Amino acid sequence: MGISIELEINGASVSKEVEPRLLLAYFLREELGLTGTKIGCDTSQCGSCTILLDGQAVKSCTVLAVQADGGSVTTIEGLANGEYHPMQQAFWDNHGLQCGYCTPGMIISCIDLLNTNPQPSEEEIRHGLEGNLCRCTGYHNIVRAVQAAAETMNG
Amino acid sequence: MYPSKFDYHRPSSVQEAVQILSANPEAKVLAGGHSLVPVMKLRLATPTALVDIGRIEELQGIGRANGSLRIGACVTYHEIANSDVVREAAPLLAEAAGQIGDRQVRYRGTIGGNLSHADPASDLPAAALALDATLHVSGPNGSRSVGASDFFVDLMMTALQLDEILTAVEIPAAQAGSGSAYVKFEHPASGYALCGAAAVVTRTADGSCASASLCFNGVSATAVDAAAVASSLVGSDLSDAAIESAVNENLSIPDPTGDMFASAAYRQELAKTIGAQALCTARDRA
Repeated sequence: MGISIELEINGASVSKEVEPRLLLAYFLREELGLTGTKIGCDTSQCGSCTILLDGQAVKSCTVLAVQADGGSVTTIEGLANGEYHPMQQAFWDNHGLQCGYCTPGMIISCIDLLNTNPQPSEEEIRHGLEGNLCRCTGYHNIVRAVQAAAETMNG
Repeated sequence: MYPSKFDYHRPSSVQEAVQILSANPEAKVLAGGHSLVPVMKLRLATPTALVDIGRIEELQGIGRANGSLRIGACVTYHEIANSDVVREAAPLLAEAAGQIGDRQVRYRGTIGGNLSHADPASDLPAAALALDATLHVSGPNGSRSVGASDFFVDLMMTALQLDEILTAVEIPAAQAGSGSAYVKFEHPASGYALCGAAAVVTRTADGSCASASLCFNGVSATAVDAAAVASSLVGSDLSDAAIESAVNENLSIPDPTGDMFASAAYRQELAKTIGAQALCTARDRA
């Protein structure tokens, strides 16, 4: 039984018929080709599938596409607007990635972190990113990137 | 990972949701989905239908009236942890909700889903017990209320019938002179509680203990009310020494959990340490 859903994805309206069991992460990647959103652990731990749903960072591997019906989704593909989003630029400038697999989810979570706490301390940044795992960087450059982005976005 | 196939229902009222549940014994209630969807992906649960209550208006909202706090079943951890009303009337609940999972999980997970799922290693059951919460439930025969102490029956098993829905949680507002704390020793990878202690103490004008409550997550099949510790503290001066001896002499965890992460004996000792920490912090805040 297919269910019709309608969402706004990165500013564009999308209507599709989906199986109820289809997860939002798979909907984005396989139905819409938005493969910037990664699937890592697929058990709501690693955070690489993080997207913004109605402005809040959520793990799209643990949300059914039908639950997002009527919502507004922002993925990594929707951040740049002619130029990089300040968080993307800060990750670039501070080398906040190595293999890059966690990066799309990490950047979305970092944006959500600054939306709720525009000037976080280093400890608040580290704690605020507990839902995103990076196995390459040791997090140091990611924390520097968030600090740099906070300055840009507040400035 | 894909869950097995199911039919999807999105009722707009509790009454309609209950009707669907009554007609489908294999159906499950979907709220935020952060407990149910993971177990469905692992095929540990294979409901033939999901009843999505996430948009039902009457299950939303936080309100305070007649000395108690009412939280709709679909209110998220994030809303609870960041609500000024909850922080004032039930700071223990806000503190526990703020320690669940991570920021992404807290945006989706709900108080009703958490308590109905009744995972003993989650953070809200002990808080609900320690705060003497009343759980409001709706079913085909109308509404009823269940005290938290009667709600948690066994491992992931509650007093809810298959066609009943938890609609709201009611908590008596914190009294003047009371303090509370939730202290968790968490598994470093999963974040679930190996032991979580929820403590509330109320002090009289001279500083002695008027009442106390100490409840645990993660140490047994359900949340545990350490009533013997709490009653032994009443009348004491709530010094560190009084708290330590109350915990050491009176804390006994029934059927303590032992698993690959921590033995039963280890959890029992951990409960003494974490329980005393929670009581001392609650005292300092009273």
